[in-house]
Amino acid sequence: MALQDVCKWQALDTQGPSPHLPEAGGWAVPRGCDPQAFLRIHGPRLAHGTTTLAFRFRHGVIAAADTRSSCGSYVACPASRKVIPVHQHLLGTTSGTSADCVTWYRVLQRELRLRELREGQLPSVAGTAKLLSAMLSRYRGLDLCVATALCGWDHSGPALFYVYSDGTCLRGDIFSVGSGSPYAYGVLDRSYRYDMTVQEAYALARCAVTHATHRDAYSGGSVDLFHVRETGWEYVSRSDAFVLYMELQKTPGLEQEQELEAEASQVHPESATPQDAEEGGELFVEPEEMTTGDSRIIIAKTKMM
Amino acid sequence: MAFAGLTADARVVINRARVECQSHKLTVEDPVTVEYITRFIATLKQKYTQSNGRRPFGISALIVGFDDDGIPRLYQTDPSGTYHAWKANAIGRSAKTVREFLEKNYTEDAISNDNEAIKLAIKALLEVVQSGGKNIELAIIRRDQPLKMFSAKEIELQVTEIEKEKEEVEKKKSKKPN
Repeated sequence: MALQDVCKWQALDTQGPSPHLPEAGGWAVPRGCDPQAFLRIHGPRLAHGTTTLAFRFRHGVIAAADTRSSCGSYVACPASRKVIPVHQHLLGTTSGTSADCVTWYRVLQRELRLRELREGQLPSVAGTAKLLSAMLSRYRGLDLCVATALCGWDHSGPALFYVYSDGTCLRGDIFSVGSGSPYAYGVLDRSYRYDMTVQEAYALARCAVTHATHRDAYSGGSVDLFHVRETGWEYVSRSDAFVLYMELQKTPGLEQEQELEAEASQVHPESATPQDAEEGGELFVEPEEMTTGDSRIIIAKTKMM
Repeated sequence: MAFAGLTADARVVINRARVECQSHKLTVEDPVTVEYITRFIATLKQKYTQSNGRRPFGISALIVGFDDDGIPRLYQTDPSGTYHAWKANAIGRSAKTVREFLEKNYTEDAISNDNEAIKLAIKALLEVVQSGGKNIELAIIRRDQPLKMFSAKEIELQVTEIEKEKEEVEKKKSKKPN
């Protein structure tokens, strides 16, 4: 210890985050130039157009997102992946700057793999959210924009955290992130219940993203749907947003649904049985196979419970 | 944590372990597992065996606790920095005698309830402790409860019970040949 202090030598801290992470504030910009000002003047207009959402319920966590990557008013990619797997039991929805999100998720994946090897157990969602927000908050003020919802199932059950690049880390039941989030929140807040069935949850997530893509110019393309169960995450479906919206248009509105509820007590047991069996068995609902009848029963059932 | 060796060294190790427990909870949002903190202490001890200008910590430690799954765990570390999990162990000058006693008497019956387990621990120590209950410290840790240190009176009670039982067993033995 004495010799170490004299020589001013510091032992490598193998437990901390990898030393290969870039130094905070160390961006290569022309001399005498402030990175933020540089980006503001010369950088591409980094738009944050997207709709992503995630909510937790009894049977896990649902993550859904649109697939449009926009750069200003130009659609850079109509079929991008905004839900990124982080580990076998963890997913993250990404919004903000795509490049930032993808890079930081790769770093997060590496750190989690290391943590799992060291600890001998899967990292908890809370710990992962803490790790991500700590990594990002080092770059606060440098125009990083990463707004993600971490979804996972760990020893405490289904868990959902919202992490923002200024270091915000919030636990919650429903999160929607992106320019289309107000529209998605409207739909989610109306029909969300913790005790939904899996099919109801899928329908709700698709409905929320579809409505957001309809109104928000920066969201569109398709709707990706993921589900994190106790056994890990699974990719449920990708459905075209426009097709989904047309399907939803065919289903009855609110007032008509209430009439349906009134009749349903008499009509439901007979007409629903064949459709019930068909709907309950499926985990993958392809848009081509979805009939109007199915959608109506799904929405009606959501309302009735 | 129970230790044998240089008390001053133990203070340093315990301090570092306490800080690490809190730091872990802050960064990972979960309390440490017993294995994690044992690994930390062992790594710390090993670092001091491989650095210049330092000497190894002169303590062996027994680390006990419960994990989230509610299973009790016992680990032992030594100055070289190795650690192993145990069902029962002893450290210190007369560790060999106590360990032999435990090897003979640590049975499913002996640990079937709290009282029996406490008696087993005290009996094991009485093998090597000269003046009986006065020089014994006992602590018990139960699931979801803080560590409980026994007072001198409680230990004396246990010791007198053990001595009574011994006498009864000896009486029976002396009666048998008759």
